[in-house]
Amino acid sequence: MITLSINGHNHDVTAEPDTPLLYVLRDDLQMNGAKYGCGLGQCGACTVMIDGHAAFSCLTPIALLPGRAIKTIEGLGTATSLNPVQRAFIEEQAAQCGYCTAGMVMRAQALLEHNPNPDDNTIRDAMMPNLCRCGTHTRVLKAVKRAAQSMNRASL
Amino acid sequence: MTLRIRLAGIVAIVIALPVMVSCAALVWQPAMPPVTPPKAAQFSPEVIARGAEMAAIGDCAVCHTASHAQPYAGGRRIPTPFGLITATNITPDVESGVGNWSEAAFRRAMRDGVDDQGRFLYPAMPYPHFTQATDQDITALYAFLMTRQPVHAEMPPNELPLPLKLRPVMAGWNLLFFKAQPWRDDPKQSAEWNRGAYLATAIGHCAACHTPINALGGEVSSKPYAGGEVEGWDAPALQAASSAAKPWTVEELTDYLRTGLSDQHGAAGGPMVDVTRELATVPEQDVRAIATYFVSQMPKSPTVPPAPKENESVAAGSAVFAGACAGCHAPNAPMVQRGAPSLALSSVVNAPSPRDAIQTILHGLPWREGKTGPYMPPFEAVLNNQQLTDLVRYIRARFSGGPAWADVEAQTQNARQNGGT
Repeated sequence: MITLSINGHNHDVTAEPDTPLLYVLRDDLQMNGAKYGCGLGQCGACTVMIDGHAAFSCLTPIALLPGRAIKTIEGLGTATSLNPVQRAFIEEQAAQCGYCTAGMVMRAQALLEHNPNPDDNTIRDAMMPNLCRCGTHTRVLKAVKRAAQSMNRASL
Repeated sequence: MTLRIRLAGIVAIVIALPVMVSCAALVWQPAMPPVTPPKAAQFSPEVIARGAEMAAIGDCAVCHTASHAQPYAGGRRIPTPFGLITATNITPDVESGVGNWSEAAFRRAMRDGVDDQGRFLYPAMPYPHFTQATDQDITALYAFLMTRQPVHAEMPPNELPLPLKLRPVMAGWNLLFFKAQPWRDDPKQSAEWNRGAYLATAIGHCAACHTPINALGGEVSSKPYAGGEVEGWDAPALQAASSAAKPWTVEELTDYLRTGLSDQHGAAGGPMVDVTRELATVPEQDVRAIATYFVSQMPKSPTVPPAPKENESVAAGSAVFAGACAGCHAPNAPMVQRGAPSLALSSVVNAPSPRDAIQTILHGLPWREGKTGPYMPPFEAVLNNQQLTDLVRYIRARFSGGPAWADVEAQTQNARQNGGT
């Protein structure tokens, strides 16, 4: 049995140690925010945060995770109380089908926690691992910028 | 007593003066008179095209372009064992670039490592190699650079410790390690081999990374292509010590240099990625010539024993491999089925040191924008040092017939602290 700390709560998991975190989140814990896209670390739909860094949960076996702080989109905000990144994505309408959005939001959150004032190139570099097949990338970039501004205003 | 002091003084002056004069002559280089920026129409399209080819083989843009900036406008900080050196703006901007450099000034920079103002360049600029470039190729490079879009871009200063900050010190370095000599073909070799040797030596400066350097940053000329270290990565040996699991063929090496991937050896990583991006743009015959030159020096039979079937003695990394790596690297994984090489063939997995395996796992392989090619996601965020060490040991034991790497733990810590590309 492996104990995972997800969004501040401990979960005892009986899955095999080589099971990717994504499968445990979706199949065992019913946290369906992170999505299965490619299973190969090429699309970013499964992005979560591990110890504050964005990571592909499809390529992260749970054997690596005892003692690590995992954060998923379920840990950011709720439908009635959105986190600033989630709110910015809605305000910029930075989604079409929405399949990539949870991963995009988590990668943006990880960026802004490390760098509250990223310039455009830094945002582009940081968001590069995450793909949107609908083509909302320019709106995603705007949303990350907006989120940074609103987080900075809130902390003044 | 006073007489003896006076005599000693005179003797000292008599000895020191010629030394000082010859040193001054060595250290003092005249400024070259500025010229009106030449017009594009002065250069023929054929010469510019040849210059473009030489610029790509010489990787000019790799160092002389900062991230997200205009090509050739400089600004990239080059990490060296001695400190950071900023690659300069080589677009034809008059104020901040080379806009009013004459061809003679450009030739002197390439051949002697002295800029238009008479200042010594640091050998991070590979003038010890370019000194062998032909007049024709230097003229072509000049034509190519002078017809780029001028970009105004001021450079951040170098970050070097005090003695090296003083550029005249480089005159001493040149005395020790720099030999200006024209290129000479080897009459015993074919025309293609000689073409490749020239391109690899005088233009591509492959030895700048693939030959070890001494404590003062000079290439160890007695060990050509014995393998070097650059930006935290091992540049593998390109001669008898090559650790390829299968001997390279000219076909395979040509393919690798142009695409960044060989289905018999693995993918380019770290600083080599940019080299292969540049070589993708030049005529295939040039790359084939370079491959011909290197394959002639590499082993004709395997140098590492074949990989063991399965090594169960290193178990700690197996679950991590199964969950993080097997999706692409297991023998039956879709990527391998479609032609990517097995890790058993990988030059990185069979290398004498774990450094490149560690760097590749930490940083992955970047996308090749707009092209198909090798890609690997980075695992820096998910693996701690112990987990990475276990994984690297497991991969070596399972896929390579070479001996277990001795210093995985130390190399892991080192790569994590000092980063990589």
